[in-house]
Amino acid sequence: MGEDFFQGYKGRALEVLKKFNVRVWGQASIETSRGNFAGTVLPRAENDDDRHIVLKIPTGYNVGIDVDNILEMKETGYKKANYKIPEKEFPFTEGLPRVKLIGTGGTIASRLDYRTGAVIPAFSPGELYGAVPELADICNLTTEKVFAVFSENMGPDQYKKLAVAIGKEIENGIDGIVIGHGTDTLHHTAAALTYMVQNPPVPIVLVGSQRSSDRPSSDAALNLMHACYTAGHSDIAEVMVCMFGPTSDEYALLHRGTRVRKMHSSYRSTFRTIGDTPLAMVTRKGVRPIKTDCNPRRKDKKATIVPCFEEKVAMVYYYPNMQPDMIDSLVDNGYKGIIIAGTGLGHVNIPLYPSLKRARDKGVAVYMTVQTLWGYVQMFVYETGREMMALGVIPAENMLPEVAYIKLGWALGQTSDLEEVKRIMLAPINSDITRREPYNGYLVYQGGVPEVEEFIRKFRK
Amino acid sequence: MKKSFSPLSNYKATRAAIGYVARKNATQSDYDRIGFMSGLEVHQQLDTREKLFCRCPGGIYQQDDDYDAEVIRHMRPTLSELGEYDGTALMEFKTRKEIIYRIKNPTTCTYEVDDTPPFPVNREAVDIAIQISLLKKLNIVGEVHITRKQYLDGSIPTGFQRTAIIGVEGEIELRNKKVRLIQLSLEEDSCREVSDIGHTRIYKTDRLGMPLIETVTYPDMVNPDEVAEACQVIRFLNRSSGRVRTGIGAARQDVNVSCRGGTRVEIKGVSRIRWIPELTHNEAFRQYALLHIRELLHDRIKNADAWAPVHKKLDPAEFPFRSRLLRGLRDEAMHLYGMVLPGFQGLLSHFTQPGKIFADEISDRLKVIACIEKPNMTHSEALKSTEPGEVFQALRKKLGAKSADAVLLFWGPAEDIPTGLETIEERCRMAFQGVPNETRKSYVDGTTIFERVLPGADRMYPDTDSAPIPLKDEDIERLGKNLPHTAIQAYLMMKKWGIPEDTYTYILKKNLFPLVQEIIEVLEEDPVFVGTLFGHRMKHVEGQLEPVAGFKYRQVFRLLRKLRDRGYDRELIKPMLPVLYEHPKMDFDSILTSIGFREMPEEEVLSNLAFLREKYRSIRHSPGEEAETNWLMGQLRSLALGNMELKTLRDRL
Repeated sequence: MGEDFFQGYKGRALEVLKKFNVRVWGQASIETSRGNFAGTVLPRAENDDDRHIVLKIPTGYNVGIDVDNILEMKETGYKKANYKIPEKEFPFTEGLPRVKLIGTGGTIASRLDYRTGAVIPAFSPGELYGAVPELADICNLTTEKVFAVFSENMGPDQYKKLAVAIGKEIENGIDGIVIGHGTDTLHHTAAALTYMVQNPPVPIVLVGSQRSSDRPSSDAALNLMHACYTAGHSDIAEVMVCMFGPTSDEYALLHRGTRVRKMHSSYRSTFRTIGDTPLAMVTRKGVRPIKTDCNPRRKDKKATIVPCFEEKVAMVYYYPNMQPDMIDSLVDNGYKGIIIAGTGLGHVNIPLYPSLKRARDKGVAVYMTVQTLWGYVQMFVYETGREMMALGVIPAENMLPEVAYIKLGWALGQTSDLEEVKRIMLAPINSDITRREPYNGYLVYQGGVPEVEEFIRKFRK
Repeated sequence: MKKSFSPLSNYKATRAAIGYVARKNATQSDYDRIGFMSGLEVHQQLDTREKLFCRCPGGIYQQDDDYDAEVIRHMRPTLSELGEYDGTALMEFKTRKEIIYRIKNPTTCTYEVDDTPPFPVNREAVDIAIQISLLKKLNIVGEVHITRKQYLDGSIPTGFQRTAIIGVEGEIELRNKKVRLIQLSLEEDSCREVSDIGHTRIYKTDRLGMPLIETVTYPDMVNPDEVAEACQVIRFLNRSSGRVRTGIGAARQDVNVSCRGGTRVEIKGVSRIRWIPELTHNEAFRQYALLHIRELLHDRIKNADAWAPVHKKLDPAEFPFRSRLLRGLRDEAMHLYGMVLPGFQGLLSHFTQPGKIFADEISDRLKVIACIEKPNMTHSEALKSTEPGEVFQALRKKLGAKSADAVLLFWGPAEDIPTGLETIEERCRMAFQGVPNETRKSYVDGTTIFERVLPGADRMYPDTDSAPIPLKDEDIERLGKNLPHTAIQAYLMMKKWGIPEDTYTYILKKNLFPLVQEIIEVLEEDPVFVGTLFGHRMKHVEGQLEPVAGFKYRQVFRLLRKLRDRGYDRELIKPMLPVLYEHPKMDFDSILTSIGFREMPEEEVLSNLAFLREKYRSIRHSPGEEAETNWLMGQLRSLALGNMELKTLRDRL
């Protein structure tokens, strides 16, 4: 295969480029029925139409030219852009902790890929140092790319690979681990790693960014600094998510991997601890604890790695009028575990009951969580709840639905004995189930209460 | 060199050496001599209901201290498409500014604070921009690509402005020449600055995101008046669409200026056209002066690369300072430094702009780049020195300066000193190159100061959050129909009608040409009467009275029609105008009553003539018939107005 001269162009647009013999990165002067245009022909995003040619005009702007309006076109020069992220050697500083950054495909420093519109990440320590030089004041950083997938494509294989890689780093005596990750399923991975890497001696910090690092207002650099600081200096040896506390560039919050959830599709401060308070606040200067019952950092290099996962586990978000075949089809398709996110205290409608009974009879583990996210499953309050329990549905306390899903996959990956699975499921790990809920765990700033408005006015959001 | 050095005489001598002339005395040959060249970037807000990329309302403003919340951000430079950091970006990063946004809920949503991706572009704004592009004879693009233009000063919370080209390569017509246009873009407006002190800059987000068009010209203008004229024409064209906002700040321009051998320097945010001539004049001469400084430096210092200033931290107690500020520097947090600038004797006080010298260029940069508030330095050539000569003698001795050297004292918070030292050295090194690439902020007196380094084309990125928007031929044809008159067509038409030229600016500025034309064509009124009714009378009324909400120029049309229908003389409208302007809701008859009009036949107006003539004879003090007629006119004018033509009255007298 030779070089692709027409990156991203197809159909009509490709025909026109070929007809006039103009390549991508060629400087072109174009005569059209709307007047003349001149500039460099750029690659076209693959999902855009085949009716336009993209031109970078001398002022740096991009414009599209309708191919049907093109009368004449001439290539007057050719200059291919060569993208390169500047690299500087990451300096080693005696006395600073050693932190390993494990890459999974998230972006920290990056540049744009014209064709896909995607952001290509910088990742080597040298590249990162070029982009975020402040890191050298925080830790001695090394990096390893374990794989490169988008957040939404993360799954059991990746969880297991990550857990093994983390185990190896712990064995080698690293002071802290940072995992760069897309934010969409960051909390799923955080839960998976909590279960698969038990009792770690050092902080394991998951971090991402809500604004890509190709923009000046990106949260990526500050998130990375906060995460590296936490990994290198904090005394909390747990799996945590480190992301913006407020939307302002002020501090990050550390969330327990089992109690965290992405709660906004685009806000910087999208991650929230649910049903509890966050572990701590982090700035570049220090970690300020909020909770005191954290696992402390240890000197040993031991952790229990349990890289197991049963893939035939599903999560069902209950809605009124759900038909029983929703459950039946899972059972018929060989699913071994189902997490239900039920309404209120943990309910589904009565027509589902026979299907639940059938699931139990076929040996499928069914657990109940709540779609209110905050609060406990409480199936004794109403008759229907008790009835459901009799059908084998097990209440999962105040485990978050996504966390219960990951835990069930992990438990079924270790054993098919449903009693053993139940024991694993209901034994609290890193507060995935808490015995009590603090009064300030439910902090939703809504409703126009004057005190809340005053709070928001006074303290930066 | 033995004679004692006088900064003021040096300032005057260098001003004469570069041949500076005040603008009122300057001729085209002066501008040709220095190679004056200028282009414009004219910004104009569009009058849409909502903002460009979100559904917040446009045109609602807040006071500086009236806000619901604050968000704080820091801007980081990012890699360009070519893997480089932009020059401005690095400078802005060096300044380590903390940016605070003051948010008011009615005008700001999560889009403005960059916590939500853009909504689809406001189509109403795109359509207006296309119409205005057509008026400017621009070639409309086939597909609009939203681009990100980086701004690290914090004026936009994302760190970039979403902007898109609508048309390229157009032209406008001035009275005596054509000016070529590079492009017209549609973009979101930025925040308004509340304050910028030390390391904290505060913005409010009310204006942020409002749709704006930017018209960019080639540097075709060769004297300051031409720049102002071009700006006026572009503004007329924008306004003739009838879809743009007016009022303070709704239209602003950046003016690019250079002189021969100089550099394109951008004077930002000039909000009044009448300031343009003085600003461009001074900027061209400032550049000419900087080139002169370069020449002097190269004469004195053969190896520019080897040039280096010497600095030393000083103990304020060792110097006999006069100013309280310097005497008060003994505080630990503020440090004082002395600096020798080898070979710079006579250059610090070199003329740059009226009342300004080269040393000001350094001080301005210290404020912006190192965030050290003024006064931040003094030196051996200050025009009005606050320090006695002994201070600088002592300083020269302490630093081992030679007589050909200049010495400088600067001070600031300890943590800003390294950037400060770098900034001074950097600006002095730039003097060897000539004119630095920069944007400048304007002052009403026509001078400018450094604002930031001029960014390059490197700071443009495709916006990955928005899809391209195709512009179909049908859409453009539809928008091209019913295009309003362009300014130049209107100008030519008014000239043909014989309307006095002194009314044109007002008529075009207020976009009244379509109304003037309608009155002339539909009501068949005399063009000169209509032109002066607006250009003189209406303008005068507006100058005298407070504007009242609800007044519309169209009401003048209705008033004239009514006068015609009733058979009243049209001159009656002149006293009616101020009443209508102050009471836009008052009905026709009430206005007539309030000006004391009584309908009467011509004969009745004239019925008192005999009595009046008798009266005049008893009080007359000027001889001649003319005086008598004038007096009688004065007596009868208000009675006659509307009932008969005044010319007829005079004839009858």
